[in-house]
Amino acid sequence: MSPLVIDSLHVSVDDKEILKGLSLTVPTGEVHAIMGPNGSGKSTLAVTLMGHPKYRVTSGTAMFDDQDILKLSPDARSKLGLFLSFQYPQEVAGVSLGNFLRTALNVRRKEPMAVPEFYTLIQQKAEQMGMDEDFITRGINENFSGGEKKRAEILQMMILEPRMCILDETDSGLDIDALKIVADGVNSLRSPDRGFLVITHYQRLLNYIKPDVVHVLIDGKIVRTGGAEVAMELEVSGYETIPT
Amino acid sequence: MSSKVQMATKSLGTYQFGFSYPEISVQKAPRGLSADIVKAISQWKHEPGWMTEKRLQAYAVFKQKQMPPWGADLSQIDFDNIYYYLKPIEHQARSWNDVPDSMKKTFDRLGIPEAEKKFLAGVGAQYDSEVIYHSLIESLTKKGVIFTDMDTALREYPEIVKQYFGTLIPASDNKFAALNSATWSGGSFVYVPKGVHVDLPLQAYFRINAKNMGQFERTLIIAEEGSYVNYVEGCTAPVYASDSLHAAVVEIFVKKGARVRYTTIQNWSKDVYNLVTKRARVDEEGTMEWIDGNLGSRVTMKYPSVYLMGRKAHGEVLSIAFAGAGQYQDAGGKAIHNAPETSSIITSKSICKDGGRTSYRGLVHMAPAAKGSKSNVKCDALILDSASRSDTYPTMKIRAKDVTLGHEATVSKVGEEQLFYLMSRGLDEPTATGLIVSGFIEPIVKELPLEYAVELNKLIQLEMEGSVG
Repeated sequence: MSPLVIDSLHVSVDDKEILKGLSLTVPTGEVHAIMGPNGSGKSTLAVTLMGHPKYRVTSGTAMFDDQDILKLSPDARSKLGLFLSFQYPQEVAGVSLGNFLRTALNVRRKEPMAVPEFYTLIQQKAEQMGMDEDFITRGINENFSGGEKKRAEILQMMILEPRMCILDETDSGLDIDALKIVADGVNSLRSPDRGFLVITHYQRLLNYIKPDVVHVLIDGKIVRTGGAEVAMELEVSGYETIPT
Repeated sequence: MSSKVQMATKSLGTYQFGFSYPEISVQKAPRGLSADIVKAISQWKHEPGWMTEKRLQAYAVFKQKQMPPWGADLSQIDFDNIYYYLKPIEHQARSWNDVPDSMKKTFDRLGIPEAEKKFLAGVGAQYDSEVIYHSLIESLTKKGVIFTDMDTALREYPEIVKQYFGTLIPASDNKFAALNSATWSGGSFVYVPKGVHVDLPLQAYFRINAKNMGQFERTLIIAEEGSYVNYVEGCTAPVYASDSLHAAVVEIFVKKGARVRYTTIQNWSKDVYNLVTKRARVDEEGTMEWIDGNLGSRVTMKYPSVYLMGRKAHGEVLSIAFAGAGQYQDAGGKAIHNAPETSSIITSKSICKDGGRTSYRGLVHMAPAAKGSKSNVKCDALILDSASRSDTYPTMKIRAKDVTLGHEATVSKVGEEQLFYLMSRGLDEPTATGLIVSGFIEPIVKELPLEYAVELNKLIQLEMEGSVG
């Protein structure tokens, strides 16, 4: 299995450099956490890896499955096996979540999944995420609460079964019960064939999704890499004490 | 040739339903229009003298009338270069087996027989200028419902036709209504007796098939007291490089407590001028609903109207317009309130891309008699790129007291963030844009019969794929 390998990544948005030579490797089968203060470039990393057109890569590489993903469109990255759980999922009125997800699932299958089979699958996953069936027929994220949107992101991840999952501040806006459900959902997907990059500001989420490796991101660069204990240290002493 | 026209011609290559088969014709008038041709059309059809007279009067009006001063540029319509009458086969076909093969192929591609098998109450398909195939479920006939083409109606029910024809839209209304009144051929005639509910939609397909063939169908619907009917028509047309003209007239009479829904999905090929006058008169407590979808054509100018003439009459106009390269969709609605406590709702949604132009043009008129009436107008435009344009031209004339009016207009662009979100799940750009667009029109699509909803979504998807990527 090929890891996600990011090497000396420089990214600018509106001519302002946000990522300044970021390097890290996420092997499949591992959960890596990225922690960092506001403005350190966490979300920039997430959307750049997924191919947001506004984020301009000025130098560096990002490889997945031995392919240079930076050359691919967002849909091609998705089909390759990348997935981003958005910090702020978009609303699309009038397009049901079910219909959308079935389309998204079928573009990566040789034979489209039959409608009844798909609805059995999505109902089962929605139940696992503690979501009412009603969400399947509602517009994508349309009038969903913040917590409902985050659950819907994980639901999408369960259906699409990506091989590299990027979670951008999935814990923000969640109460403790919802956090547990979301974490259980993520944990149920942990497998030797799948890698995770969990981006978070707070250590709280990592109590439920145990990381194998923790990276600390400050001012566009990884300044420290270690085990789960790094998160604990940050929780106690904050980002200021990290030597840069 | 202007650059717009060139773009339109270029985009024709991708037009999906632009198939056509060789012309079959028995009678074909020469190009252009004259009093002699008008007379000849009437004679070929063995019409009564009063209709010939009406046609000639209308032709005189047509010659005098100026082109409409608003909306799209119509100066390229060459009235002298159009065939005004073409009769495809000698007699009206009785059954599907009698329909000539080339026509059958065309209809097969439109899926008419399948549609009929499913849930449609009747099919009247217009091929060129006359209806060639027609069927009607027996139970409707037993209830006294008449669903036929206008030419047959004129022969078999002359007294009803004479009573209503041209009374709501006289030839003097506008130049294209005059042209239609002079040259009309085909179209549907529907009569629903008092208290009869036609539960299944009545459906008809229209096509222009002869090169430069203007299509001037005439539709007349009369819904007697307390009756209900849902009339559905869908149009596609084959591709021709030269201009075609479609100038239809639709008159609808909604009597006391009756309800009529008239659904149109039009996908004319991109060289057609689609200039249609549609009007409904609604009596006390009656309801008229226009549902109007305009995808194709080079130019569409169409503003379905409701004349609310009795207390508590209600009218609705729902329209969707889509304009791609070289297209101008000028659509909207009119509500004329002429009685107390009447109400109207006009909802318009438009989408433009690749330099296409859409505009909403509407009128709400509250006459002095319209005390206690209300009207609500909502128009939303979705602009897919910076080359495209959308405008709103609402007019309100208020002559009554104690009335309520609402007007709301939004213009939005497909957001980069929305597109990125959908693409991040594996959807390519046209599919993602198509989904956003279908979500935008969903409030109107859900009002359509299922087949039309599916077809409309498919057409929108094809439009999206046409030029992206």
